[in-house]
Order: sequence, then structure tokens, then C-alpha cells
Amino acid sequence: MAKEKLKLALYWAASCGGCEITMVELREKLLVVDQVADILFWPVAVDTKYKDVEAMPDKHIDVCLFNGAIRTSENEHLAHLMRKKSKVLVAFGSCACEGCMPGLANLYNRQSIFDYVYLESPSADNPNKVVPQTTNKMAEGEIQIPKFYNTVKTLGQVEDVDYFIPGCPPQPPMVWSVIEAILAGNLPPKGSVVGANEKTVCDECKHERKEKAIKQFYRIYEIIPSTTQCLFDQGIICAGPATRGGCGALCTKVDMPCRGCYGPPPHVVDQGAALLSAASSVVDADTEEEARRIVNQISDPIGTFYRFGLASSLLHRARLTKV
Amino acid sequence: MSNSTFEPRIIAFLCNWCTYTAADAAGVARMEQPANVDVIRVMCSGRIAPMFVLKAFSEGADGVIVSGCHPPGDCHYTNGNFKTFRRMPLMENLLAQYGIEKGRFHWGWISGAEAPKWAELSRSFTEQVRGLGPLSWKTQLASKED
Amino acid sequence: MMDAGRHPNIKLLTNSDVTNVSGYVGNYKVTIRKRPRYVKEDLCVGCLQCIEHCTYKEAKFPDEFNMGLGKRKPVYLPFPQATPQVVLIDPEKCIQFKTGKCKKTCAEACDRKAIDFEQKEESLEVKVGAIIVATGFETFDATKLPYYGYGKYPNVYTALEVERLTSASGPTGGEVVLRDGSHPKSVGIIHCVGSRDEKTNRWCSRVCCMYSLKLAHMIKDHTGAEVYNFYIDMRTPGKSYEEFYDKILSEGVHFIRGRVAPVSDWAIIPEEEGKLVLRVEDTMIGAVRRIPVDMVVLSVGLEPQADAGNVASLFGISRSADGFFAEAHPKLRPVETNTDGVFLAGCAQGPRDVPDTVAHAGAAASMAIGLLNRGEVTISPTVAYVNEKLCSACKTCLSVCPYTAITFDTAANVARVNDALCKGCGTCVATCPAAAIVGRHFSDEQIIVTIEGLLREPAAKTAEGAHP
Repeated sequence: MAKEKLKLALYWAASCGGCEITMVELREKLLVVDQVADILFWPVAVDTKYKDVEAMPDKHIDVCLFNGAIRTSENEHLAHLMRKKSKVLVAFGSCACEGCMPGLANLYNRQSIFDYVYLESPSADNPNKVVPQTTNKMAEGEIQIPKFYNTVKTLGQVEDVDYFIPGCPPQPPMVWSVIEAILAGNLPPKGSVVGANEKTVCDECKHERKEKAIKQFYRIYEIIPSTTQCLFDQGIICAGPATRGGCGALCTKVDMPCRGCYGPPPHVVDQGAALLSAASSVVDADTEEEARRIVNQISDPIGTFYRFGLASSLLHRARLTKV
Repeated sequence: MSNSTFEPRIIAFLCNWCTYTAADAAGVARMEQPANVDVIRVMCSGRIAPMFVLKAFSEGADGVIVSGCHPPGDCHYTNGNFKTFRRMPLMENLLAQYGIEKGRFHWGWISGAEAPKWAELSRSFTEQVRGLGPLSWKTQLASKED
Repeated sequence: MMDAGRHPNIKLLTNSDVTNVSGYVGNYKVTIRKRPRYVKEDLCVGCLQCIEHCTYKEAKFPDEFNMGLGKRKPVYLPFPQATPQVVLIDPEKCIQFKTGKCKKTCAEACDRKAIDFEQKEESLEVKVGAIIVATGFETFDATKLPYYGYGKYPNVYTALEVERLTSASGPTGGEVVLRDGSHPKSVGIIHCVGSRDEKTNRWCSRVCCMYSLKLAHMIKDHTGAEVYNFYIDMRTPGKSYEEFYDKILSEGVHFIRGRVAPVSDWAIIPEEEGKLVLRVEDTMIGAVRRIPVDMVVLSVGLEPQADAGNVASLFGISRSADGFFAEAHPKLRPVETNTDGVFLAGCAQGPRDVPDTVAHAGAAASMAIGLLNRGEVTISPTVAYVNEKLCSACKTCLSVCPYTAITFDTAANVARVNDALCKGCGTCVATCPAAAIVGRHFSDEQIIVTIEGLLREPAAKTAEGAHP
């Protein structure tokens, strides 16, 4: 054996499993991964347990691809554990990078979420008002489940992260290019975003863009857009201008507006605010009343502008009434 | 709970040619203004990115003011203030969703000749925010899950 | 005017409009529409034979220069001192244009074959480094104040009309006469018509007191009539102007401090029959008086031209609250605008008389020459630039710049900011969703650290009452 195999770990925290699918989407290249790497820990595919990881020496793992947001104490525990045991910790996918969909729960807190899910939802059938507790004494002893946090955090907000691979999920060609870079020892400075472009999605999008003057905002079901003209120009809020490229503009290719899953471009401090500013600045209104009328058409600003990045936005979450 | 000893921290983004000039004139004329308001000068209210407002709140501001030249005709750069009145109503809606009370964000127009209006705004807005209490966003950001 | 017309470095384009201006200081491209005068300028020598031989034996149409008091033919010279000294044909009055069936005696009479009915409108594009806007003023439209009776009573005139009556080259050869040709025995001159008035124009038009005094003198000199000047204040600053006022006072002109309302022909005593009665509060004696006169002269004020808004947009300049073009600074920069390379001269910027206009225009010319001779322009450093590594051609910025300083370079596929046009407002910086536009000296980074610094609490001093 000429070269030592790369010791690879993959973990999923609060996520949907899509990042695991993206690994599968490497297709035949997954076999190459298997050739060059030893997968030491990958709960979805490999039968290694937490205690096996805890038993490893520190920094034993070469690279850990950590996807999913930090929703519970277990997620956080594993974040710290994987950091300890890995030379390189990578925030893989939008959940780990910026919070993604789980991050939208930051509009609420544990109490309001539990109340709705377990007690108030139309399909709840819970006459004894049972809600999860972190500990429960049973005849056999005390069992514990992880604590559900009030606030969803990104991996970077709880641990020191070496690289960020954005995307929901990261696109397989980009993932592959990062794996190649890792194998070649050819990585940029710590803290960089890898597997994505410096320019925005617009750079990859083939729709024709012109000067903008928006008289009305449309949601995607409200009009049938032109397939050649820029969606933003037509009043559909496309996050493309404020989103890092590298995905190949897959969504706009099929005339759906970009949702912003690759996160902000370099230098943009708050993706939602950047998109909000762009969208409102080009509203075709010469009075405050008209401007207000048009922007009030956006019924859910956080959902529209912070769909993927609420947890990583400047404010992180809606106000907690009791801290 | 009494907020009588709470001193609000307010950040005001003012355009150079109108509101900043008014604030300067108010100072020169010794009009009474509270120390709670810190002014950041920009050349035009059109420079004020929504991100600045969010940044101010996230860094601990209890209230934020944005002020520029009266539309339609006063803007030194012709229509920079048009972009302001297009952006700020959407900011109001966004801040409401974030749970930041309407009384903590004021945006409007004060011309260079309206120094008393600035002095009055700085006083009344400080009292308004004082009544709302500390926002403590930085504390919220730093809080640990128990 | 003739000197300017002949100067080798000056190209005079008359009967022309500017239709488009693009570019920036030192590099303007101006598109000019030259309307046809139907006479070849380089052939006509101003002999006026064409006018003499026009199909119309008598002049029939109102003469604009003489404020409609005189008549002209369809082919005419605008005024005796016109530069260039070339006639023109009014296509709306000329029979050839209206019916196509004129004998064209004018063309026959011209031994230089200068008349050209086929002449077409021309469009030319010139490259200039500086622009001076000297588009002048309009006089106030006195029909807007019905109580002065202009347009209702035949013998109510505006000052500009009376100016033409007193002129030796005017429609009456210098005779100050009423509409029926007789000389007035009494004349009332009403100051501040459309000036110093909350209902019309707030400003003082600066020149009217002096011209009203001049007209008082001319009228008295030509006719020996009793002349009454009705004023609010006598404004005669300027070199020798007070002395001129003294002179008119000594000539026996009557001065009444008060505003006239109305001018009417309602006589209440026999002496007022057939006259125009001016009812006025004489504020000096605190009594209302009725002064019957034969002729009323309205000293109309100066206002911006009706198309000033369009002209301002054309040249990218702004207007003051009164509608005249805006100077860059009311005290220190009277001939510059906020648009580099565009200067103002004369009444286009605000009412002023001839000596002041000459000074103002001289200043504008000097600034323009200085700009061109220096060959380079110092601009403010607080301008924006596009980081071309980050610009992804979303084109959001293109429509937000008040100065159209941002253009899109299709070949390079990026937006670009023109340093000379950019005024540093920062609107594009705040708009760019990719943070690809940087505002020098007011960058996002600078403002962010300012916010952080202002809100950073020293350890000991926390706001009392705040949550821990």
C-alpha cells in the first residue's frame, strides 16, 4: 500500500438526509472514495457507534464532513466530539453552514414548538398532554434524551470549523472537487468556503437580465414567467443575485427562482439584508405610499429573504421573550 | 419593572447634507440633546443599507434612527432618498417579524434647516425607547442553552 | 453679438435646439437639431430684397420681437441687429408652405439664390469639454393677475411692450401712443407685477425698479405726460442707480407707495370718464386714492422659462426652489452647477441686470476656459467602484444611480462606475446584493467597525437595569 488511506468521517446532526444522498450521487466516484479513504464513522451507512469515536485518539480522523444544524444537546455534543477527534472539520451543506431549514424554527422557541407539535396541531391526539422531557424515571432506571434547544445554531456557532461546503445539498461535482483537493493536499486558508464560486448564481444563469423596475412582486404560482427573461426582472424574488454560485444555477435553469441555499457571496455580511436591499431598491415607486404598497406584497420577509440563512443572520433568531 | 435608570443606546444614521447638518446646527446652537444618541454620518440616506440597521441592533443598540433629506426634491444627489423610502417600509416589516418593536426603529426626513426638529427627535425617541426597555440583543446572542 | 458671430473660434448655431447630452466633464457629446430657416446662411447677405418682394404687399403677421405691436411678413429678419444678419421664412405663415402655389417672388428677387424651400432639418453631434447654460428668462404673464386688466383693457401694456414703443427702431418709431394712436396725457406704472407676491412669485425680480424708472423718464420725455409710479419699495442698488432715482424724482414723476387693485374703467366722477382708474392705498398718507390715467404699464417680473424643467434634465442640472437653475453654492460658486463641466450664465440662474449678467457670464467663461486649459479634473475620492471579481452581472445597480454613472460593459460582463460622473452618494453600494460595489471612504467595513466601536461597552460600565 503506497499511500495511507484518508481517514474519513461523516455525521448528520439536525438534517434531512439530503447531504447523505449527495454522497450517493457521487455515483461511481463513491467507489473511488472507498478506495482512497477509510470511512471510520457514518451513522447512515456504517455501523460505528459513538463510543467507538470517543475511544479514538484526538485528531485521529483526517477529515470529518459534518452536515446538519445544531438543534439538540446531542447535536452539540457530537460537534464538540468530532472537532476533538478530527484534524479537519468541514461544515457540509447549508444546515451546518448557515442553519438552512431547521434554522427557520428560530422564529419560535422550544415552548411554542412543543405546544404546537404535541398539543395544538390539528392532528395532535394527546389527551394527557404528554411532551418530551429530558429525563424520565422508569422502573428500569432513569432514561435521558437530548435536550431540545430554544435556538438552532450553525456548526460554526458552536465549534471551530475549518472549511465550509455550502449547498442544500452541495452539488456532487463540487463535492468531488473538494475531495480531490483534500487528497491532493491542496486546500485554501482555514475558514474558507470551498466547493463553490466567488461570483453569484447570476454568473451561471442563462436568463437575460436588464435594468430593473419592479411594479409588483409575484410568487411563483401567480404568474407563468418568461423562460428567457430574468425572473427578478419579472418581479419574482430570486435570491440568485445574493447567493454564492457553484450549483450551476440548477433552479433557474428550470425557471424556478433561486432560493439562496448556497449562502451569501463573499463579503456579504447578511444574505437576507442584501437581497432585501436589492429587491426594494429597484421597486418602481416615486412616493413612499406607492413603495409601501408594493413591498407589502411580500407577506413573509423572513421566509423570503432568510429562507436558508436565518440562523446565521446578524440577528440569528426572532426575539426570545425569556432568555 | 421600572426602567427609570435605563439609558438607551441609540444609533442614528444621518445623511451629510440634511439631517447631519441639522444635528450639527443643533449642537452649535446648544439645543438640548441627550447623550444616548450616537450619530454615524453617511453622504446620503441612500447609502444606508438595511444591513446597518440589523448590525446596530445585533451589537446592542436599543433603538435605531435613519434620517435624510425630504423627498421629492431636497436630496443633494437628486433621488438617493427615493431608495430609502423604498427600503425602509420593508425593513419595518422585517423587524416586526424579528420581534423588534416598531417604537425602536424610526426613519424619516429632517432638512438642514430643521435643527430644532432633530433636537426634539433625539429627545422624544430616547424617551420612547427608554419606555420600551433594553433590547439586549447581544445578551440574547451570547446566551447559553440551559 | 456681431463680434461673437464673426469670431473664428466661435461657431454660431442659430434656430437650433439641444436634443441630447451624454458624457461627463471634459467629454460631453451634445446632439443638436438645427431647424431649417429655408435660407442658405452662407449666401444671404441681409439685403432684405426678398422681404420687399414678398407676395404679401403689406406686413400682416404679429411681430414677435415687437411684442406683437408691429407686423412682419412670412419672410423676415427677426430684429434689425439680428446675428447672423440672415432672413428666415416662417413655414406657418408662408403661402408656399401652406399651399405649394406661390409665385416665390422672394426667391426671384434674391440675386444670390439664397432662398431654399427644400431645406431640411439637420442633426449634428458635437464633442465639447464644457457647457454653459445661458438660456435666460421669461417675463411674468400678466394675464394671471386679472385685476390689472391686461388683455381686457386695450391701454394696459407690459413694460416690455412699452420698451418697444419708446425704441426708435420699434413699431411706432419711438412714439409712445395709445392703441388709437393718440399720446397719453397720464400714465401709471405699476411695479412688482408677478414679483414679491405670495400668490405668484415670491422673489424680487431685481431689475424692475430700475427699468420702471427708465420708462418713467422716457415716457415723460417723449410725451410730457403725468407719470405715476406705484411701488412697494424702491430697489436701486448698484453703481449710480441711487443717483438715477434722484434724477427721476427731480423730473416730477409721482411716486406712490402702495399696491394697485384694481385697474378698471369704472368712473365715479366725470374726470374719470374714458380713463383707466387705478385704485391704490397710498401707505404714506394712509388713504385710498383713485388715480385716473390714459395708459397703464405693468412692470412684469422675471421668471424661469416654461421649459426649464426639461432643460435641467437635459443637462443633468438641478433647479432651486424658485425654478431657476441651481448654482453649486449661493455665495461661493455662483456660476457652477453640481454637475461638473456645466456652468450657468445670466438670468438662467436668477434675475439680474446687464452689468451683473456681464460679470456672471465672464465668470462662467473663465471657469470653462480654465477647465479646458487645465486638461485634467480633480474629483472627489469618495466615489464608488465595482470589484470585477465579484460582479455577477445581475444589473440591479444600473437603475439606481441618480447620475447614470453606472454602465454595463457587455464584453467584460460587469458593471462599471464612471469616476467622473459618480458623486459618491453610495446608493449603489447599498443596493448591490453581492457586495461587489465598494464605496471608497464609506465602505461597509468602515461603517460596521464604527457601529461596533460605538456600541462596545467598557467592562465596568453596563447599562443599569439591563438584563445581566
